[in-house]
Amino acid sequence: MRVAVTGIGVISAIGLNQVEFWHALRSGSCGIRPMESTDAAQLRFKNVAEVRGYVPTTEFLASELAFMDRFAQFAVLAAREAITQARVEWTPQLREKTAIVTGSCMGGRSSEEAGYRQLFQYGKSRVHPLTIPLSMSNAGASHISMQYGIQGPAFTVSTACSSSAHALGQAFWMVRSGSVPLAIAGGSEAPLFFGGLKAWEAMRVVSKDTCRPFSADRSGMILGEGGAMLVLEPFDVALARGVQPIAEMLGFGMSSDAGHITEPSSEGAAHAMRSALCDAGLAPEQIGYINAHGTATEANDRTETASIRAVFGAHADTLAVSSTKSMHGHALGAAGALEAAATILALRNGILPPTVNFSAADPACDLDVIPNFARALSVEAGLSNSFAFGGLNAVLAFKAVNKS
Amino acid sequence: MVDAIQHRILRVISRSKHIPLASVQPDLTFEELSIDSLDRLNILFDLETEFEISIDDEEAKKATRISDIIAGIQQLLEVRERSSPGN
Repeated sequence: MRVAVTGIGVISAIGLNQVEFWHALRSGSCGIRPMESTDAAQLRFKNVAEVRGYVPTTEFLASELAFMDRFAQFAVLAAREAITQARVEWTPQLREKTAIVTGSCMGGRSSEEAGYRQLFQYGKSRVHPLTIPLSMSNAGASHISMQYGIQGPAFTVSTACSSSAHALGQAFWMVRSGSVPLAIAGGSEAPLFFGGLKAWEAMRVVSKDTCRPFSADRSGMILGEGGAMLVLEPFDVALARGVQPIAEMLGFGMSSDAGHITEPSSEGAAHAMRSALCDAGLAPEQIGYINAHGTATEANDRTETASIRAVFGAHADTLAVSSTKSMHGHALGAAGALEAAATILALRNGILPPTVNFSAADPACDLDVIPNFARALSVEAGLSNSFAFGGLNAVLAFKAVNKS
Repeated sequence: MVDAIQHRILRVISRSKHIPLASVQPDLTFEELSIDSLDRLNILFDLETEFEISIDDEEAKKATRISDIIAGIQQLLEVRERSSPGN
């Protein structure tokens, strides 16, 4: 069964909805700035990709917000936009069978931190009773389910920086196999809280500057936050109900490096890309664009370049590759879904988003990385790469559909 | 004094990497001791704790040998000594 993407919802550092997000991607706007929500005085870095201008009380009732960590709010907001765009017509039967698959790396740990702060810092003997429901990683999926009365299969995947790519892949397979008639899938993340930032600082992979993927002077990743959700459904069902697919989801591949807990492997990444191409029934030459994992760490960008060359051979010199993390930052468990959205919008609009902040070529990253400016180019199909700490890789394949 | 500091550094590396103290020789590279990127993080963290110092990311990246680490730590301790009150 062919699978259509009929809705996209986004909240990110470069836009609070799909339209703003796409406008920023095509104009190469960078959302990386000094952090506002957390005091950077005790941190070795100060720049993050923070969601700005979002006012929770304009989107949710105070009674709802009491039960929702920021990451769960992002999940619901993105799902809301995607469902609206897809013009989903809810019936009791559809609600009973629709799937929700979300991804998150850290879940609601900022709420957990707030609870533990009471114990460790203020010497209190109790934590807030909602600490568990706020912080559980499946809260995003649960709140989407409750908001819409969706009662079908719902679960959350946590595979670090591949979380929402794995979530989308699982949802895609469920729709393709006919086991569910509709799926809402993606991910969300809100990792910009003090303890989380200190933990990333200790990894010594966060840039004190900005995110410069594939550039010789790259200095590490920039943490981001946000969420993105897609609505997936059978292609012919979408057409029959008069909804024009935005893109076709064609394939999903995953692999495990079975190597090192933090160092990436080009073989593992290549394995996942080959699996996605095979699942999609695509020849490597049909891929015109890859939205790279592209974290701007020394190790990832070099390894990812080698893996793309291993999979695509001579075609690696023809296809275009960019890392939109240079604009929306690395939103960890939400990254795969944000980048899937970027890939779909690129295919849809015939414009490939750039790798911004690029200043100098690195011989170890010798791909066409669309430096600094978007490129008007229609391509047939694209991949979105996600490679996680722990060596767990997920690659998604999408195909452009003609606008009617 | 310098030898005492060197000994403390070698001991931290040996404990952090779980290898015999005698195997941690200053002229060896990280590679020769099979110290990978994550081991380096652990060692830097343990050294920061041992000496109550802060090791800069960029400076740390330049180190390839145990002797580089020893020189870097000694330099940090000297800077602290000079800037401490009473000197």
